[in-house]
Amino acid sequence: MNQNVTLSLSKSLNNMTTTEQNIDTILLPILEKVSDPEIPVLSIMDMGVVRSAVIIDNVVKVEITPTYSGCPAMDVIGDDIKKALKEAGYNAEVDLILHPAWTTDWITPRGRKALENYGIAAPLDAEADKDVLLNGKRIVKCPQCKSTNTKLVSQFGSTACKAQFQCDDCQEPFDYFKCLK
Amino acid sequence: MKNENLYNYILGIADNSLILGQRMGELCGHGPSLETDIACTNISLDLFGQVRSYFQYAGKIAGDGRTEDDIAMLRKEREYKNVLLVEHPNTDFAYTVGRQFLFDVYHLAFLKELQKSTDLTLSAIANKCVKEVSYHERFSSDWVKRLGDGTSESKEKMQNAIDDLWTYTDELFHQTEADKAMVAEGIGVDVTKLKEAYYKNVSELLEEATLKVPDLKYFQKGGKQGIHTEHMGYLLADLQYMQRAYPNMEW
Repeated sequence: MNQNVTLSLSKSLNNMTTTEQNIDTILLPILEKVSDPEIPVLSIMDMGVVRSAVIIDNVVKVEITPTYSGCPAMDVIGDDIKKALKEAGYNAEVDLILHPAWTTDWITPRGRKALENYGIAAPLDAEADKDVLLNGKRIVKCPQCKSTNTKLVSQFGSTACKAQFQCDDCQEPFDYFKCLK
Repeated sequence: MKNENLYNYILGIADNSLILGQRMGELCGHGPSLETDIACTNISLDLFGQVRSYFQYAGKIAGDGRTEDDIAMLRKEREYKNVLLVEHPNTDFAYTVGRQFLFDVYHLAFLKELQKSTDLTLSAIANKCVKEVSYHERFSSDWVKRLGDGTSESKEKMQNAIDDLWTYTDELFHQTEADKAMVAEGIGVDVTKLKEAYYKNVSELLEEATLKVPDLKYFQKGGKQGIHTEHMGYLLADLQYMQRAYPNMEW
């Protein structure tokens, strides 16, 4: 029998949500190697899109939830999960679930760091996010030079989950991962 | 079909997003600036994503092998249940954001109520959509303010768009037979109850945008019954082209 563990990755982020993941420990290292096709430095585990992965009658049942309804990456993520599990000797079924709805709070601290290193500013909390996107406040930290002298260029960026920013100190444009709660 | 009211109810919701998504998608590569182009197509993508969830569910309810693509692409004009507002063409950017704004304020209020639906799939979809649509509403109301309270030319165009589109707003609060049946079962949202707050919120924003709130007594309707404006046929010709030209094609 495989032992299931209940991870509560979100709890490390100030108890923002009590929603828990149900991931079989044996599967964890396999799933951690599957990356988000839009942001390859980020694993789907750090992104928080895998909500459960358990082995039932030799088949791995995986539940994933989309970041945004129209996220075109979900089909690819589903295929990548099946492929990774196949290589590890498992047959897998991947289901898309909508409830509870994904939130940026589910991105792990490691995931936030990976985003910053990749050049994408990680999401602020909901209030600060509103100040930035609606009131033009300069608090988003430029992932290149760390200055907060940054401005919103466009509320929508290269993908549905990001907004376009520019740093007024180093002049570099960058993506900001919008807060979704 | 066993659950015809629920099926029709879901289509009534989803068709608004489908047709508006198609309109916003038309701006791909044609937006007035790179940023607005990306914004419009992102909104379109959100709407299409929502439509997929609704149509997958509707397909399950139909239970006759109908897929989300069949429902989206293979109906005739009279079978689409979207409101007239969303099929209005992109005329100019003021019309595009005006139409979006007038729909978003309704859409957001509607989804907040749908979250309370006793149908767990619908409430889960609403939970997901409400986050996306609140962002759409920020974008569209921001632009209505910017254009309304902008130059004399932008103000005139924004006012024209609101004046023209206003006649389609009342239909948002009409109930179909499926609506009434679903409200009675605790599944659907009673849209008549959203009307007062809608006009209040929209009017407040128009005033903030230094625009006049239209004073209109006559409103257009028909979309919910499948009686559409002349724009709808052209829109569907575009939307359905691939399935009509190459039946059952997939990619």
